[in-house]
Amino acid sequence: MTPSTTTTVHGHAAAAHAEHHELGFVRTYIFSTDHKMISRQFLFLGLFMMILGGLLALIVRWQLAWPETAVPGMKLFLRETGGILEPSTYNMAFTMHATIMIFFVIMPILAGSFGNFCIPLMIGARDMAFPLLNMLSFWVTATAGLIMLSGFFVEGGHAAAGWTSYAPLSAVPQYTGVNWGQNLWCISLFVMGIGSMMGSINYITTIINMRAPGMKLFRMPLVIWSLFITAILLLLALPVLTSGVAMLLFDRTLGTSWFRPSGGGEPLLWQHLFWYFGHPEVYILILPAMGIASEILPVFSRKPIFGYHAMAFSMIGIAFLSWVVYGHHMFVSGMNPALGMAFTVTTMIIAVPSAIKTFNWLGTLWGGRIQFTVPMLNALAFVGMFVIGGLSGIFMASTPVDIFIQDTYFIVAHIHYVVFGGSIFGAFAGIYYWFPKMFGRMMNNALGYLHFWGTFIFFNLTFFPMHIIGVGGQMRRIYNPMQYEFLQHQQHWNVFITISALGLGLAQIPFVINFFWSLFGGRKAPLNPWNSNTLEWTAPSPPPHLNWGPTLPTVYRGPYEYSAPESKEDYLPQTEPPGRVAAARH
Amino acid sequence: MLNWWLPENVSTYGRDIDWLFHLIYWITGITFILVAVTMIAFIVIYRDRPGRRARYTHGSTPLEIAWTVVPALILVILTVLSVPAWSKIKMTMPQTDFVVQVTAKQFNWQVTYPGPDGKFGTADDKTLLDEMHVPVNKVVRVNLKSQDVIHSFFVPQFRMKQDAVPGREISQWFEVTKTGKYELPCAELCGFGHSGMRGWIYVHTKEDYDKWAAANLTAGATAPAEEQKSENKAESTTEGKPKS
Repeated sequence: MTPSTTTTVHGHAAAAHAEHHELGFVRTYIFSTDHKMISRQFLFLGLFMMILGGLLALIVRWQLAWPETAVPGMKLFLRETGGILEPSTYNMAFTMHATIMIFFVIMPILAGSFGNFCIPLMIGARDMAFPLLNMLSFWVTATAGLIMLSGFFVEGGHAAAGWTSYAPLSAVPQYTGVNWGQNLWCISLFVMGIGSMMGSINYITTIINMRAPGMKLFRMPLVIWSLFITAILLLLALPVLTSGVAMLLFDRTLGTSWFRPSGGGEPLLWQHLFWYFGHPEVYILILPAMGIASEILPVFSRKPIFGYHAMAFSMIGIAFLSWVVYGHHMFVSGMNPALGMAFTVTTMIIAVPSAIKTFNWLGTLWGGRIQFTVPMLNALAFVGMFVIGGLSGIFMASTPVDIFIQDTYFIVAHIHYVVFGGSIFGAFAGIYYWFPKMFGRMMNNALGYLHFWGTFIFFNLTFFPMHIIGVGGQMRRIYNPMQYEFLQHQQHWNVFITISALGLGLAQIPFVINFFWSLFGGRKAPLNPWNSNTLEWTAPSPPPHLNWGPTLPTVYRGPYEYSAPESKEDYLPQTEPPGRVAAARH
Repeated sequence: MLNWWLPENVSTYGRDIDWLFHLIYWITGITFILVAVTMIAFIVIYRDRPGRRARYTHGSTPLEIAWTVVPALILVILTVLSVPAWSKIKMTMPQTDFVVQVTAKQFNWQVTYPGPDGKFGTADDKTLLDEMHVPVNKVVRVNLKSQDVIHSFFVPQFRMKQDAVPGREISQWFEVTKTGKYELPCAELCGFGHSGMRGWIYVHTKEDYDKWAAANLTAGATAPAEEQKSENKAESTTEGKPKS
């Protein structure tokens, strides 16, 4: 590749082009091909859906703490029962909570928004390789979101077979009583799969082909590595889900029997397809957050990331291993137990790269000069919570232990430590960190601290006790724990968890206020508010269309040269020519 | 408030599972404390103070090797320790003459005994609903089936869980060491009556079991008394019948 000639020629042409045309409102804000606008669109989509997904979680929690009492505010939607959740609406609520949070909150924010924002800006490109495809990717995803939301309004209610939609429960309408809800669920995820494929092809192509002069692969920021690997996983995993939901839809509507034993189908085939997608998906959800943490920890420790290569290679290792661990979701499914043993081995091995990453994050803190900014606190919380989520995963990897804890609240605790404690804290860290560049304004610090501490404390009060009731044997997805004698003695924990969850919900209010207030009333952001090294901080805040003026930045070094001896400052931007550093020093 | 932990274990292999659970609990617990203490110590010691510059280092190969090899070794050991219990519970079937057939449906456990002739599928089979009776200290083999969706046969005190998959028959076993009455919830979402799909397993002494079997499983026995299931949601939800 000869980036210097091609990109500069392209750059000049593009910059000249930009001066001549002022894009209209629609092309700027709605059908925009600018990666930064698309990034904002994904962010707004994700944050809007997060409110919905969060409220669904609170409804579920209310029922578990105070079974069969009216949920405040639900009278409006559940008129016949006066606001009391029935088993069918309860199943719908937890199914849609997980579906929305995974596919329409974490994926749009982490992969969609940060992928779009960071990739061109941090590798020194003017836009994505295929801007039009990028725009389509967002609008296809948004359409999928609309289809998913429409399911709430159809006869029979929305999908209620769990986010995993195990067949044949999901494959035969009579088993759940849900008809079009589940069909729309399938169609929505099918469409979402297409949107994510468009995005992932774009990310991969852009990272391979459009890096600025001097931006070697091993000079890329780790967040770009993480998004690169995420995109590869998305490209390879999502089509499996897309095919799976199409087959499920055919079983439901066209009379095929992929998953229905009555017609010769195999229920376990769905689980194999789903988890073959589903486990890489877990890493799709966590890898970008790992990247964000690896970006923020060095900046606010004012020192290089510890073990840059180990960090990159451990993510590559996770990417490879993530394809051969999925069977640990199926230890007691009826899958051949000998195969289960093989999956134990791979599952134990995949814990090693995660351990490497954790120790390297700790190594980054060691000897640093740690500044407790809001993004840093969220990144530190990410590390701590990811450690808990990772360690609790070892229980599941051990097949005999998994016999007991499979399908209990221990699993619920584990997944929330990974996707909330991991992915969502990572997302918050990223939002607080890049907000100044994304919107050109600073966020309010006091509200940020309030949001962080509220979230951190209530998160742990909500999800840690789930380990305890899980060890006590409480099954997930049950409507009323009080129906079981062996669970009644721990019902006070369910009340405690629900009250904490309500606190966790309230703790998000400062964030919403902060976000929208700062959009319009925040202090104007300087070029490089955090004294960071990476390329996005050399572009104006917010960066204009095509990001930089006539010349693209040239990269001279890796992204984490903080407190380097050759520089007087405690940071050394990637674009600073070596000669000038030496001159300034002497 | 006091019984915070695993439910009481009453099965033979439950001990192996609990031992592994506690081993992992201690390993992960100690690891977490070490990591958390290190992290908090670093956060306090290396907080930003004027006049100090951060240490300029890109890492350390010996450290990288150490923290790759040590976790890998621990995990390999855990894998090796997990194998015997797993193969004992799921991959071997001890000899036994006590077999029951459990067919799950929305939202009940149908427990079938072979009757006096010892064979399933004959006229003298007896089927109980949400109720199973077994003798203590005897290997019980359960042939697990489902007639509609996937259910999961879960007995917390036995440390036993196995999905019942339509179209398959999966054989499992357990041996209980203590008499009593144990709950048998369904652990896999199986529809709107999932919560409350629950049976009871009665573990009797040999003598009591023989008495019960004589009264309930012999040819002339009256239909077994059914459990009161007024609280059981399954009663009122019959529209979830499979269409096949």
